[in-house]
Amino acid sequence: MLEVRALARLPMLQPVNLSLPAGECGVIMGRSGSGKSVLARAIADLDPNEGDVLWRSRSRNAMPAPEWRRLVAYVPAESGWWAERVSDHFVFPGDAEALLEEVGLPAEAMQWLVARTSSGERQRLALARALAMQPEVLVLDEPTSALDAESREKVEALLQRLLEEGKTVLLITHDAAQAQRLGQRFWRMKAGRLEPVDAPR
Amino acid sequence: MGAEYITLEYWEVAASALLLVITAGLALLFEVGLARSLAWVALRMVAQLLLVGLVLKFIFAATNGWITLAAASVMVGMAMREVMRRQQRPLQGVWRWLPGSASLLFVGVLALLYTLLVVLRPEPWHAPRQLLPIFGMILGNSMTGITLGLNAITEAITRERAAIEARLLLGCSRWQAVQPFAARALRMALTPMINAMAAAGIISLPGMMTGQILAGAPPVEAVKYQLMIMFLIAGVVGLAALAAMAGTIWRLTDERHRLRPDRFVQAG
Repeated sequence: MLEVRALARLPMLQPVNLSLPAGECGVIMGRSGSGKSVLARAIADLDPNEGDVLWRSRSRNAMPAPEWRRLVAYVPAESGWWAERVSDHFVFPGDAEALLEEVGLPAEAMQWLVARTSSGERQRLALARALAMQPEVLVLDEPTSALDAESREKVEALLQRLLEEGKTVLLITHDAAQAQRLGQRFWRMKAGRLEPVDAPR
Repeated sequence: MGAEYITLEYWEVAASALLLVITAGLALLFEVGLARSLAWVALRMVAQLLLVGLVLKFIFAATNGWITLAAASVMVGMAMREVMRRQQRPLQGVWRWLPGSASLLFVGVLALLYTLLVVLRPEPWHAPRQLLPIFGMILGNSMTGITLGLNAITEAITRERAAIEARLLLGCSRWQAVQPFAARALRMALTPMINAMAAAGIISLPGMMTGQILAGAPPVEAVKYQLMIMFLIAGVVGLAALAAMAGTIWRLTDERHRLRPDRFVQAG
């Protein structure tokens, strides 16, 4: 169970409570600027915030932040890159090439220059980079916003497989159809407040 | 020395300024807009150097430990102020001046004591004729190194926020996350020193060595002094920049391993 307890970053994020059983996909929807990304950043502990987040009853505040972030991986809508080559960004040994294939990128992508990639390619590379550290929970901020239909289907299939393997996913999306395809629980963010809602029709 | 040393008369110094007057005249003619500031800095330099000459004359004549200490303190204070003023992205509160000043003081005193007690051993050990010029050169170069290093790391933390946070999100500690950028900043801080060492004697004759040779010192003696000062400076600049950067990085991150750009002085 992923439990968010009174997590707040005033004034953008009012105290938020949320419970997501392990192995399920929770979806957060809401307009731009409503505070969805602020919530995701707060879960990852990237900004000063109040409250706590627990994963399998282990408190985020009681463990070193790097350990928490490896367990509960947050992938922002636009990730950062610090080296010239794609391969230099895969800091975990794992099978990066298999992950690239799953997000629809060739194995040669490891040798690409980051500066020459498209935003859609970078979005998939960032997802693969995070998956390489084998997190138990994924917090994904609009993971398919820059993708064409074909790539989006690949990423969704990958997420389905991860859910079947028992990973937990908290998905932020604007795409109601995608929410319907992947989600089991739904919330809507409105002016920094989170409320549970029914599945989108 | 003595034999080859030519004493300059004041009119001879004035004659050397003639070329500068011609340049200023040309600047005026072509409306470069620099004539006024050229004249101003030239006059200011005359006043500054004459004053320093008189002060040094007094300090050397006194050769009193306390007076030398007071002069050294003024030099440190000026260097600290300069480091603080040249920061493009200052931090809030005491962190605006603490990392730069503390590392400047630390390496300045360290290098100076080492030189006086181990390398040069003048008599008395605090002899101002040796202490003050060496201290000045160490401070001046450390100042440049600290300024370059601090500006580079604070710029990286501002502009490369997404990249640093990406590293944090992959489970890096705060030090690991900024490491590639700190390495770049340190390289920038050391570059002037490395260039100076590479060019020394081939492209340029270092200023101190030139001065000693003009003053009649045997060239090889001048070279020995120059080597000593270059080694000292090279050893100290990296240390100074690293210490100042470490303090700044520590303040711009927190114990939960997150970036804290809110600790910069906020614009507006």
